[in-house]
Order: sequence, then C-alpha cells, then structure tokens
Amino acid sequence: MSMNRRDFLKTAAAGSGILLASTVTPANASMPKELPPEAVGILYDATLCIGCKSCMVNCKTYNNVPGGALYLPGRATSYEVKPGEPYWDSATDLSSKTVNVIKVNKSGTAVNKDNNENGYSFIKQHCLHCITPACVSVCPVGALRKNPVTGVVYYEESRCIGCRYCMIGCPFNIPRYEYERAIPQVRKCQLCQHRYEEGKYSACCEFCPTGASIFGKVVDLRKEAAKRLTLKPGDVYDFPVQTVGSKEKSRRPVSKYINHVYGMKEAGGTQYLLLAGVPFDWLGFNKNISEAYLPDLTWAYIAKIPAVIAGVILVGTATWAITKNRNKDKEE
Amino acid sequence: MTQKDIKLFTPTTVVLLVIMAAGGLAALYRVFFGLGASTHLSNIWPWGLWISFDVLGGVALAAGGFVIAGTVYLLNWKKYKPIVRPAILNAFFGYALAATSITLDIGVPWRIWHPVVMWQVNSIMFIVAIHVVLYTTTLATESSPLIFEKLNMPRALHFVEKIMVGIVLFGVLLSTLHQSSLGAVFLIAPTKVSPLWYSSRLPYMFLVSAVMLALSMVSFETILSSRVFKHEPPRDILLGLARGSLVVTGFYLVLKLWDLITGPGIGYALNGSLVSNMYLLEMILGIILPFVLLLMNNVRTRLNGIFFVNVLVIIGTVLNRLNVGIVSMAEYNGRMGYDYFPSWMEFLVTMAMIAFAILGFKISVKYLNVLKLEH
Ligand code: SF4
Ligand code: SF4
Ligand code: SF4
Repeated sequence: MSMNRRDFLKTAAAGSGILLASTVTPANASMPKELPPEAVGILYDATLCIGCKSCMVNCKTYNNVPGGALYLPGRATSYEVKPGEPYWDSATDLSSKTVNVIKVNKSGTAVNKDNNENGYSFIKQHCLHCITPACVSVCPVGALRKNPVTGVVYYEESRCIGCRYCMIGCPFNIPRYEYERAIPQVRKCQLCQHRYEEGKYSACCEFCPTGASIFGKVVDLRKEAAKRLTLKPGDVYDFPVQTVGSKEKSRRPVSKYINHVYGMKEAGGTQYLLLAGVPFDWLGFNKNISEAYLPDLTWAYIAKIPAVIAGVILVGTATWAITKNRNKDKEE
Repeated sequence: MTQKDIKLFTPTTVVLLVIMAAGGLAALYRVFFGLGASTHLSNIWPWGLWISFDVLGGVALAAGGFVIAGTVYLLNWKKYKPIVRPAILNAFFGYALAATSITLDIGVPWRIWHPVVMWQVNSIMFIVAIHVVLYTTTLATESSPLIFEKLNMPRALHFVEKIMVGIVLFGVLLSTLHQSSLGAVFLIAPTKVSPLWYSSRLPYMFLVSAVMLALSMVSFETILSSRVFKHEPPRDILLGLARGSLVVTGFYLVLKLWDLITGPGIGYALNGSLVSNMYLLEMILGIILPFVLLLMNNVRTRLNGIFFVNVLVIIGTVLNRLNVGIVSMAEYNGRMGYDYFPSWMEFLVTMAMIAFAILGFKISVKYLNVLKLEH
C-alpha cells in the first residue's frame, strides 16, 4: 500500500462529503406534529349510520374523475354489486377499487344496534389522514404527501415507485395496491381533495342521508364530537347533516356512546374522527396502536446517522494509522 | 489447479443456466403481467420472498466484502489479504442480486431511479436506496483491479490501489449504515412486527448478525473453492476466521437474549406457536449451536468442523432475515385472515438469482485473478 496519509485523508474526506450531503437533515425534515389550524376532516358517528352504503357508491362515482382517488382513464366505475343484494355497492373490504368501505360487526342474535352483546354496529373504514402520517414519512420518493394547509394526505402517482413501504408503515392498513395491473398505483382515500379544490367537499359526507358522516374543519369536528359525548342517551339532539356547520339537521334521540373519540390521540391524532356505541377494537381497530408518533421511531435512527458517519471515519482512520506499521517487519 | 483447468461447461453449469433461463422467463412474465399474476403478495402482505430473501438476505450475505476489506486495509491484518478479492467479488454479486430483485419487486421498475432525485430524508427506504447505489459503485471500484490486471492497464491499476484505503473506509461506512438501515426499515411497524424481533435495537442486531454471517460466509467460500478448484485451503486464515466467529457469535447471542428478556420475555418464545418456533429454530440453529460448537477446540481447529458451523450460521442468519421480513408479521396479518406463501414464480426468480451469483463467481474465477491461482 503506497498511499500516504495525505492521500488517504483526502480520499476519506471526499467520500464522507458525498455521504454527508446525502444525509443532511433540512430543518423541516422531521414530520409535522401539529394539526394545521385550517385542517379539514370527517366525523363518523356509527350510531347514526344505517349501513345504506350511499357513501361507498358515491365515493366511487365522484372519485372516478380526473384527480379522483380511483380515476383510471377509460375505466368504468368499479361497483361491486352482487345480484340480489339490497346494497348499492357490495365490496366487503378496502381494495384497489374501493377506498371507503362500510363494514358491520355482529355478535349473537345481532338484534341490538350499537351493542356488542347480541348486537351489531356499522363502521366506516378509510384513510384517517393522520396528523403525523407514517405513510408519508416512509415513502422514499415523496409520492404520499400531506397538504400543509388542509392536512389532506394525498398521492402523486407520477413519483411512486411501488415499493409498498407505505402499506407496511400505515398502522391502520389503509393503502391498497393494484396488484392486478402491470402499471399499478397505490389507492387510498384522499379526502376528495379534488372536490375541495372546486369548492365542494367529501362525496361520502355530501351523500350521507343521516349525518353519520359529516365534513368540516377538524377543530369544529372535535368540538362536535366532544359535545355528543356529553349528551344523555335518550335526549333529543339536532345532528347536523353533510357538514358540521350545516343548517340541515336530523332531529333524533341520542344513543349510548362509549366514552372515546377515536382519532383524538391514536398514532398521534388523525383528521378522521369516529364515535361509536361499542369499543373500537371490537370494530376491528388494532388496540395496540399507541399515542406515539410513529415516524419518531424511525427518526431516532436517522438522527444518529451523521454521528455514525463521523465515528466510522474517525475510528477507521485512527485504526489504519495505528496498525499501518504492524506488518512492516514481516514484509520488508 | 490453474485457471485454465477450470471447466466452464460442466453439468452443474448447465443446471444453473436452465434455472437462470426459467427465472428470466418468470421475471419477464412479472414485468408484463404484473405482481398479482406472478406473486402471492396481497394488500395485507405487501412484502414477501423477494424483499426478505433476495434483498435482506442478499445484502447480509454480501457483508464479507466490507468486513474482510476493513480487516485487511484498515486493521492492516495482511494475513487475510488472499481472501479480499473473493470476498469483495462475492459482495458485488450479493448486491447485484439485491438490486435486481428490488427492481423486480417494486411495482413500477422503470422508476427505480426516482429515490436518487426525489429525496425524502424521513424514509429509511430512501436511505437504503442511496446506499445501494453508492455501495455498488464502491464495490465495483474495489474489484476494478481485477479488470485492470486482465486488460493490462498498469496506470489505472496503480491509481486504484493508491486510493484503496480511502475507498475501503468509504465502503465500511456505507455497509455499516446499510446493514443497520435494513433493520431500521421495520422500526415503523411496532404493531405489526412480532415482539420476538421488534425492538429499537433492530438496526444494531442486523449489523452484528451481518458481521457474524460475513465471517462464516467468507470461510465457507474459501473452503468450498479450495475443494472445487483443488488447491490447499489456507488453514491459518480459516482458523483465524473461526476465532473471530466465536467472538461475534457470542456477542450476538448475548444481544439476542438481552433483547428477548427485556422484550417479550423467554416465555413468549416458548409458547409453541409457529412464529415462536421459527424464532427458536433461528436461535438454536444459527446462534446457540454454532457458538457451542465453536467453543470446542476440536471443532474450531478442524476444517470440517468449521465448515459445518459456517453452514449453520449461513442458514440461521438467512432464516433470521426471512423471519423478520415474513414470519414476524404472520400473527398480525393472520388476525386479519391473510396468509402468505411464495408462488412458484417467486421461488423461481430467487433461485435464478442464486444461480446467477454462483455462475458469475465461477466465470470470474476462471477469467480474472480472483483466487490468485496460477495462470
Ligand atoms: S391512515 Fe394510513 S394511509 Fe392514511 S394518513 Fe394515516 S398512515 Fe397514511
Ligand atoms: S408504494 Fe409508492 S407511495 Fe407507497 S411508499 Fe412506495 S413509493 Fe411511496
Ligand atoms: S372523502 Fe372522498 S375519497 Fe375519502 S372516503 Fe369519502 S368519498 Fe371516498
């Protein structure tokens, strides 16, 4: 080895320069943790849901247009209706053709609504638009992004490489992949962002006849949810329909809620909030999801990288310098 | 045996070529008809054999490159110089395997370059992608003397050898980060990965087990090629590698046990479920048994004994990567009613990758001065 110390240090410095450049951490690199003040979202109240699946069918219809979450040029809207079933859309789970699904959970004789003993409850599943979304943090190319104003977690197809890390990262198992296509995309609810831009709002809320799904600013939705938890079962309440500030109300008696607004704290908080009469793990939500911000788990590792770079270069150089002469006697 | 005596067209070569051709067809099928038609991946199992074996396993199997290069050029342990070239070449093939497979695995292969221009520093996947690019280049530079020798280009050869220490240091740095980053990929999914494997130390575990695997893999190859190419195995080197293995395996064992005890507890590993049994298999076959065997003097000093331990460590560590990538999520995904077992096309492509690495290595040995056999 005929390299002298200066050559060596030069090479090492050049090498580490490249690597340092690739791991620089811009000030905004860590994920946002605050709810944007103007953020929008959805409040779903399972006790109001009648399982009509109007939201499912309209989600598909109004997202099968350019900019929509299910759009594919030339493809017909992908309703999955089985003959003889009394529903508009019979998809049973989220899929690459279904980004919003109404499920029903039953027990025993399934006669009591919103009850987990001999009862049943509906649940509406779609992207929760996390305040600190794991899917956005894991995407290597920034194909999933969070709008800094509305907080909507949306998808830029032209960036996506299809690594499917977002599907591993999402604690709620939301993103779906078009395995059936040779040029596939990730599919997930994008809160009808394309409609919001036109001054409209989420189709699933606009076409919900009972007010089970309402659209609005998350701060208002949080207030509305908190208020419903203070109501007594049997009280009569004017539930807003379509949007949280709507003049149109649905007057009806209040059902019994469990004392939990899902999405206030889960995974650091979400912009989709849920109320129900039964525990959420009974409705299929993973009860191990903590209140921690998931991207922090990864960031704890990434933040150490510059130190590792410096450490390896220092220790490596020192080792080389110290042991350089080790074999001199033998070689000469 | 000299390089000329190495016969290229043996029955083994023919078998390898057939496997490669079949795998190539399966890969084409995947490109034209999509992942759904060719694999058993699903919305609940987005990652399968290709990620766990080819990428996680392939990169781990390539660790010999940085460990031996570092030993020789940074620790200046010249005794190991004869195995630097095969180790680096092997690493090159390991990375080629990983890079090809990830290209096939992602849904839109022709966008594989996107991470290089669309930085997203929160993503471990981005960090992994950058490392693959940089380290494959580094490995190519590290093995370029082979080519320069062959083409008789003394000035280029001299230049590369002059900067070799710097390149090796860069390679060690990249590998340290890359091996651990592959573990860090799973940090984001604490609710999905079984606690038997999930811990905040996962990146560190991946790094240590990669070093452990590196020593065994290099030793395995050295013994194997001395048999195949009929030359005297370098005993001194092999015994040295075995002593190294003993230390690293012991350290890794302590780490694994520490992780188990401070994590889900020993009882969890003994609960008899499939997932726990896979964990035990990995622990016993790949760590405890090799460690105990290496403790015995008459195993550690006999080539047959060393060879056997090498095989155990290789199987055990690859099993670990399969466990982390697939088995660890079986309980969570199973609760949602989904199973995963690779399709025959997934197996075929993986086998073709392995065949490619073996054949590529053999061709390199014949035409390039990898093992420093006589010409
Ligand atoms: S629910 Fe999943 S897909 Fe939706 S924003 Fe959160 S992490 Fe992303
Ligand atoms: S599949 Fe696409 S959107 Fe999802 S993490 Fe990978 S590149 Fe990002
Ligand atoms: S917000 Fe739009 S995309 Fe999301 S579930 Fe509702 S209708 Fe579907």
